[in-house]
Amino acid sequence: MKPRDILEGKAGDKYFVLGNEALVRGALEGGLNFAATYPGTPSSEIGDVLSEIAGPAGVSFEFSINEKVAMEVAASAAACSLRSMVFMKHVGLNVASDPFMTAVYTGTRGGFLVIVADDPSMHSSQNEQDTRYFSEISRAPMLEPSDPVEAYEMMKKGFELSEALELPFLVRTTTRVAHIRSVVTFGEITGGRRQGDFEKNPSRWVPVPAFARTMHRELQQKLVKAREMSEQSPYNFVEQVGDKSPYGIITSGCAYNYVMDAARAMKMDVRVLKLGMTAPLPEKKISDFLRSCEDVLIVEELDPYLENAVRVLSQREGITARIRGKRDGLFSVMYEYSPDILKKALCEWRGVPYTVECVEVEALTLPPRPPVLCPGCSHRATYHAVKVALRKAKIKDAIFPTDIGCYTLGIMAPQSMADYLLCMGSSVGTACGISRATGKKVVSFIGDSTFFHSGVTGLISAYHNAHSFLLVILDNRTTAMTGHQPHPGIACEVNGMKAPAVDIEKLVKAIGVEFVKVVDPYDLNATVETFQEALGHEGLSVIVSRRECALVADRERRKKGEWKTFEVNQETCSHCLVCVTQFACPAFSSEERNVFINRALCDGCGVCAQVCPTKSIEVRSNE
Amino acid sequence: MSRNLQLVIVGVGGQGILTVSDILGTAAIEEGLKAVMSEVHGMAQRGGVVTTEMKIGDFESPLVAKGEADVILGFEPVETYRTLEKASPRTGIVTNTDPLVPPGVSLGQGAYPKVEKLIENMRNGGLKVIAVPALEIARSAGSTVAGNIVMLGAMVALENFVLAREAVEAALRKRIAPRWLDLNLKAFQMGYEAGKKQ
Repeated sequence: MKPRDILEGKAGDKYFVLGNEALVRGALEGGLNFAATYPGTPSSEIGDVLSEIAGPAGVSFEFSINEKVAMEVAASAAACSLRSMVFMKHVGLNVASDPFMTAVYTGTRGGFLVIVADDPSMHSSQNEQDTRYFSEISRAPMLEPSDPVEAYEMMKKGFELSEALELPFLVRTTTRVAHIRSVVTFGEITGGRRQGDFEKNPSRWVPVPAFARTMHRELQQKLVKAREMSEQSPYNFVEQVGDKSPYGIITSGCAYNYVMDAARAMKMDVRVLKLGMTAPLPEKKISDFLRSCEDVLIVEELDPYLENAVRVLSQREGITARIRGKRDGLFSVMYEYSPDILKKALCEWRGVPYTVECVEVEALTLPPRPPVLCPGCSHRATYHAVKVALRKAKIKDAIFPTDIGCYTLGIMAPQSMADYLLCMGSSVGTACGISRATGKKVVSFIGDSTFFHSGVTGLISAYHNAHSFLLVILDNRTTAMTGHQPHPGIACEVNGMKAPAVDIEKLVKAIGVEFVKVVDPYDLNATVETFQEALGHEGLSVIVSRRECALVADRERRKKGEWKTFEVNQETCSHCLVCVTQFACPAFSSEERNVFINRALCDGCGVCAQVCPTKSIEVRSNE
Repeated sequence: MSRNLQLVIVGVGGQGILTVSDILGTAAIEEGLKAVMSEVHGMAQRGGVVTTEMKIGDFESPLVAKGEADVILGFEPVETYRTLEKASPRTGIVTNTDPLVPPGVSLGQGAYPKVEKLIENMRNGGLKVIAVPALEIARSAGSTVAGNIVMLGAMVALENFVLAREAVEAALRKRIAPRWLDLNLKAFQMGYEAGKKQ
């Protein structure tokens, strides 16, 4: 699937689309006018598609500096009557929760959808919080698609629902909705660019206490209508598997998929209440379902959100059906579900033996294959330079706060330079705390995109509060980890206009930081020297280590046909293995102390040639 | 013949696994079948293991339970072996024989087993294994980058494979850029023949 296909795909045709792509097509068919985001896996592909097609689709789209700003940008556009959406990963909503909470009070004029992608099992996240609670705290209604088809349909319909209630809607996906593909039949795109208008009305848009009190009351009134909407919603439906029985399952999201596959494979007789509009819950529909069952199983990923509500409801209504779920230990509150977990739980629930037919092969200890920094990655060079500089400065106990990005992989051996991490931008604030608490040398790492996202505020605070540490801004000119999205440090084009770049050094200097230097990590000696200088500096120092992401640079070089690779001169190599054990580029391998460079992996950065003590790594001659 | 397939495709980031998965999904649409597939994005992709699971036919979830894979398509021998908990004695294994040694091995993090040993073990376990030297075949088809399409061809050659060869070829024509199409059709053909031979 190419991004253009999401816009140009014909109505009535079937496409094999990713959940995130389906969200975009559904939004376009639903009349999307305006979108903003900060990239975060598993939501990133929404922005990747939009950045390619927003212009021709007549949609205003931007990568904002962080999720909070994206929320403000999109909420205010929706207040101007444009159909708008903002999207982010689950922890992104933590950042954006301040404007979000109050945007539910003010409500909206244009349909406003807030897509939040949870990451059960933390495939690429630091925690697995359950976004559904945000619907409880904020009172925003919520849609929960279980696959790309529903993602498409809910977006298409979502703007209308949001406009009908004048409320923003949460659309909660998870990794196994955002990152699965299935066959979606496209409909017609009818929307296009529209001009918004703003109607001045402070009692509606300015939540000073007097107005906010009224807003909260109005919100509660809207929720009465929202509950009715949920009762009538076609996304909340009952499905029969097999024959009639007193057994029922209540489920939502991708857990529904596992339920259906397992129930069908086990030839169960069970009724399934599938909830797609999960806030406010359709209490009457649920009560009716509970009354028609003797034994009900609740199947949902992460927290017992539905289960708590169903148990409360059942107590209130005096319903006697037995309810099982996470609260009695049948399921875990951790990690994503799988067909295995479902099979096992359904067997336990129904008292059927659980069997798996496996093959018996000799168990071998296989070498692990964790993710690594790419060949040519400038972060590896920077980490190496910092290590050498610390060694030369005889500092053995430096502490390394780190941040969110590819460079978090600096946690792996042999770099082992990631000691503390909380969230986006935390490397700066935590460097303040750790350096002041311990008095030790602190070298903190943050990426360029993350620095803009929320590191810069930390740095202003660090300067103002007279903190003393070295902040390394790993500037690879992109938001690499999520798929190379732009950020404010990169000049690009947004909505057909030139988007100027913000200069990191000037910004840091403007804060007042005196020691600010830029290095090219591919020039190892110069980089080491600058780090030595910074380590000798009292107070706050900032080094911007700047070199384009190797993946981006490689793509360009491949296009131009400029490519060189390196090889080990086996005659002069002293077999010291510094390149393998200390630098550890994945293009290297060694067999009985003989070192080889995999030509297919070598990116030609040449940093290893500078690391080699005997200068035995040379440009491979093009035979 | 059943029109259901539970498939696990496994390999290392950069081996073209997502392309093959996309072609299979497109081929399923050609055949008028339901298809659902999972992908790995983000951090896990950086030189790590990439697994896509796919179900064609009457399924809702793409994830394959232990022992329920009909086919495991492995782009890297150790990664094929790592996936065997999804296999039952009925599972068809189609595996590349070219090892990609994880960088950690040079740092002393584990040892890479002999590929012959891996295949022998699988066969001793009663599995039907189609072992494909994909790199060599792709090279003779014109470029080593087409190794993924060689593997695809070898899998389609499996007896009673759920998708017709013609449907997969039609999907290749849809999904591969015109300038790479001939190379890939050739790689597909050669992979198919290599699969048929075993």
